[in-house]
Amino acid sequence: MSTGHAHKLYRHGESPVHRLPPHCKIAAALCFVLVVVSTPREAVWAFGLYALLLGAVAAAARVPAGFVLRRLVIEIPFVAFALLMPFLVPGERTEWLGISLSVPGLWGAWNILAKGTLGVATSVLLASTTELRSLLLGLQRLKLPPLMVQIASFMIRYGDVITDEMRRMSIARRSRGFEARGVRHWGVLAKSAGALFIRSYERGERVHLAMVSRGYTGTMPVIDEVTASRAQWAYAAALPFSALAVCLLGWTL
Amino acid sequence: MTSLPPPAAVPPSLDVRGLAYAYPDGHQALFGVDLTVERGERVGLLGPNGAGKTTLVLHLNGILAGGAGTVAVAGLPVGKQHMAEIRRKVGIVFQDPDDQLFMPTVREDVAFGPAAAGLRGEELEKRVRTALDLVGMTEYLDRPPHHLSFGQRRRVAVATVLAMEPEILVLDEPSSNLDPASRRELADILRSLDVTVLMVTHDLPYALELCPRSVILSEGVIAADGRTQDLLADPDLMHAHRLELPFGFDPRAVTTGA
Repeated sequence: MSTGHAHKLYRHGESPVHRLPPHCKIAAALCFVLVVVSTPREAVWAFGLYALLLGAVAAAARVPAGFVLRRLVIEIPFVAFALLMPFLVPGERTEWLGISLSVPGLWGAWNILAKGTLGVATSVLLASTTELRSLLLGLQRLKLPPLMVQIASFMIRYGDVITDEMRRMSIARRSRGFEARGVRHWGVLAKSAGALFIRSYERGERVHLAMVSRGYTGTMPVIDEVTASRAQWAYAAALPFSALAVCLLGWTL
Repeated sequence: MTSLPPPAAVPPSLDVRGLAYAYPDGHQALFGVDLTVERGERVGLLGPNGAGKTTLVLHLNGILAGGAGTVAVAGLPVGKQHMAEIRRKVGIVFQDPDDQLFMPTVREDVAFGPAAAGLRGEELEKRVRTALDLVGMTEYLDRPPHHLSFGQRRRVAVATVLAMEPEILVLDEPSSNLDPASRRELADILRSLDVTVLMVTHDLPYALELCPRSVILSEGVIAADGRTQDLLADPDLMHAHRLELPFGFDPRAVTTGA
């Protein structure tokens, strides 16, 4: 599936991971995250192994580590929250460099950091090896409610159109000498947002009209059938299954 | 009136009789429209803003209904029982291609209509290719529509409708926002198609170029029906219905092929 334009998260490539059918990848990523989340936080070594597994996937997908690490920046708000926990959570205290920290808080912070980072890294890998469009096909194939898939695909199609409209409105504002400075101008911006909303709503009606005119009756017709062979499923399942083994060890040891 | 061959056994592509319609808010847009378009004809539907052109168009595939009168497409009455068939037979190309092209890629968009009608696999792929070939856009198959130029998007919009192999192609302001080259390219494409065309426009030279016959819709009725050249060359008629030719344009000086 080659489109001239890809979204920013996608990293073009021809690796075996790129070639996997999208629904296999989505299922594998979801299962992996579930396994990671259900691992006891005390099994610190298990999270190291998970990170190694993801590293192996990244290597197979030929996604450089720097790329994944840069994308991990999105996690920062959660990190900030996790870093507060040792100070705020009540319970047994311990001293570290003269600062009093709560032990359950430290474990809580570690839990969020480790599981969160692994989860985000998994999503980053999924997004960088799967095009947005095939991601949608995969979700459709996994029997996600069709309405949700349709809404998502319209967001992709019309995101640019609406951004463009927004840009034109901003140019029109500035051409008439308006520069947004401070609270006093928020009213104007709010009115622009309202106008944009109404325009988008009207466009939605026109798009619906065009769809109905071409025989739309509430469900999207299947245009691209995505199928996966047993081997492809097995290849995709390698990640969650090895993670499951690690997880089980973590519970028993 | 028209100098067409006598109607053969084939039913007309479009047969509108006594169509009247008032919007729910009470505004009446159509007051008894009669219009017949024979198979293979290219007819211009001219009229000032607010004449009811769009209202008429939306009746042709049953999006609007409930007023008086009947519409038949290739002998099939427009109504609830044949709606899917009617929507396939009447291909409407809307004015803004961004409304018409709603799928992530050109290929999927062109495939939407035939796929909704149940076509799959190889057959669907062939339909898409043929339609895109007709408008010369095959090489843009996998492009997202918003990365095409406006003229290209309009051509793809035409292809999305051609893929349904319609009985009649209805174009709403096909020349709007096109630069002269795109305008000429679209005219060449429309001329090359073997399909009945109803072209809604107030671009009068474009109607003259493409449509041997035109009708004027004014205040909800068909006010005139005849050779496009004759209509445009009648200054009183034109003035009465708020139609104006571009500066310096003389319809009598133009020799039309048709």
